Amino acid sequence: MSAVIDEVSRPQKSGFGVFARPATRSLIGGLAAAAAWFVAAALTAFWPDKIESDWAYTGNFAAACATLAFALAFAAFAGIRFTVFQRLQRLSPWLLALALFLAAWEAVTAKLGLLPLPFFPPPQAIVEVIIDDWGRLAAGILASARLLATGFFLGAAVGFMTGVAIGWSRLAGYWIHPVLRFIGPLPATAWLPLAFFVFPSSFSASVFLIALGTGFPVTVLTWSGVAGVNSTYYDIARTLGATQRFLVLKVAIPAAMPHVFVGLFMGLGNSFAVLVVAEMLGVKAGLGWYLQWAQGWAAYANMYAALLLMAFLCSGLITLLFRLRDRLLSWQKGLVRW
Amino acid sequence: MVAAIADDHPVRGSTLTLREVSHRFDLEGQPLPVLDRISLQVGRGEFVALLGPSGCGKSTLLRLVAGLDTPAVGSLLMDGREIEAPDPSRVVVFQDPTLYPWRTVWRNVALGLEARGLLRTHSGRIEDALRLVGLTGFANAYPRQLSGGMAQRAALARALVNDPKLLILDEPLGQLDSLTRITMQGELVSLWQRAGFTALLVTHDVEEALFLAGRVVVLSQRPAHIKAEIANTRPYPRRRGDPHLAELRHEVLAHLGLDATW
Repeated sequence: MSAVIDEVSRPQKSGFGVFARPATRSLIGGLAAAAAWFVAAALTAFWPDKIESDWAYTGNFAAACATLAFALAFAAFAGIRFTVFQRLQRLSPWLLALALFLAAWEAVTAKLGLLPLPFFPPPQAIVEVIIDDWGRLAAGILASARLLATGFFLGAAVGFMTGVAIGWSRLAGYWIHPVLRFIGPLPATAWLPLAFFVFPSSFSASVFLIALGTGFPVTVLTWSGVAGVNSTYYDIARTLGATQRFLVLKVAIPAAMPHVFVGLFMGLGNSFAVLVVAEMLGVKAGLGWYLQWAQGWAAYANMYAALLLMAFLCSGLITLLFRLRDRLLSWQKGLVRW
Repeated sequence: MVAAIADDHPVRGSTLTLREVSHRFDLEGQPLPVLDRISLQVGRGEFVALLGPSGCGKSTLLRLVAGLDTPAVGSLLMDGREIEAPDPSRVVVFQDPTLYPWRTVWRNVALGLEARGLLRTHSGRIEDALRLVGLTGFANAYPRQLSGGMAQRAALARALVNDPKLLILDEPLGQLDSLTRITMQGELVSLWQRAGFTALLVTHDVEEALFLAGRVVVLSQRPAHIKAEIANTRPYPRRRGDPHLAELRHEVLAHLGLDATW
């Protein structure tokens, strides 16, 4: 335990911990990262590609790396005068590692041809896809986001209300709980074949599946949150003249919110999985479909690009949910470890 | 400040009557008697302490008075009317302050007014109640930021803001350190004197009961029945060193069978 506290109370350190002064550390860290990006740029631009390969955008990729290198070097020097730039120093080790990774990737693909094509295209091939095929990718992101949002919100809303109902009403608990127990653990994707012929469109079928995947954890955790509310909270509200409605809305639900958020996180994770499967198997749009389509054409660079965008989309949404929780449950700070 | 709260209610405090109240719990199919024919008459504005060993059923009795549970046998009347359900005129202060952690102190104190739809018209009372318990500067604090004593004060304000006729105190100072407890005992007496509500205190602290109450009701082991009623006519504010209180303490301990060490 004391080790944990030490860890927290210690000031933020970067990977370059050996240099004492923050300004010096920032400068050295920044310059090291800039140098690494220069290396990546130079390696891409001046090391000739393997003879039979023909990559467009090699120059552009090198230029982008060089630009980033210049920007980092500038920020490193600016950090001597302006502390704002010193904050970048936290990122320096990661930026450096990323540059080295890209350089190595470039070397083993385009330059040395050690990895087999078309499965392992060089970085500039992915840049090429994002620039040349951005229309289709953007449409894919929009389609996925629309499907995901519809399904997630529907599932979260229904799950939340069901959870409150089971937690609150004995009758609802009696009827819904066994159904939930029986059907809930079934992965939502198991319903896929059925959903696609029962529902009028593949979109509505996928909305249903995503809602199902989201709804189950939200229901179970909302329910356990409501059921676990300290009964004295109710006693207090009752002696102060609270109605049933007040007990549900102002006592049970706020008290259950920390649990509800755990459910929402799990539900969101589930919804990603269902989304991709649904898009791969039925829906003719979205990033999942794009992945499938790219594989059909053996366009592996397109696949990596779609995976990259999907990772941004998913982690962005998780971050968004974290922000929302931090806002709504700020009262928990200090009660639990964040 | 209490006067501000009290103005619209000229009649202060209520009477409380317990008629042959018995109660039992169901423990794995076995009936477990907790209260045994308890009869008690509490006058308007009186401060009565119920004193008894731990687990004797004192808190159960308070839940019945609050209307949170109904007795197996017998009846409880407040101002001559049967107690059937909780009512904001009878407010309980529990042993644990149990403030809602997601609400600020102000919003915790506002709870009763909000529940009855009076928040808009009577929100001024919240400031009054917070001033009364000395928490004016903490209106926007969250419960986790309060010490034990401050949290219990906030719980007291949450009760007082409803202008109760009967304040039910379930070992409200039981979890405080002894120094804070002494301070809060004095504060409870002055609150009671100013606001004029009827107070029913459950405690297992003999000294606390004698320092606060005008009458101490001694309960037996479970199932609880009334062993003795001891009137305590010493004027307020009382002094802890009062030899008369020490005599009464001896008497109470004798009723509890604990006077061997006197």
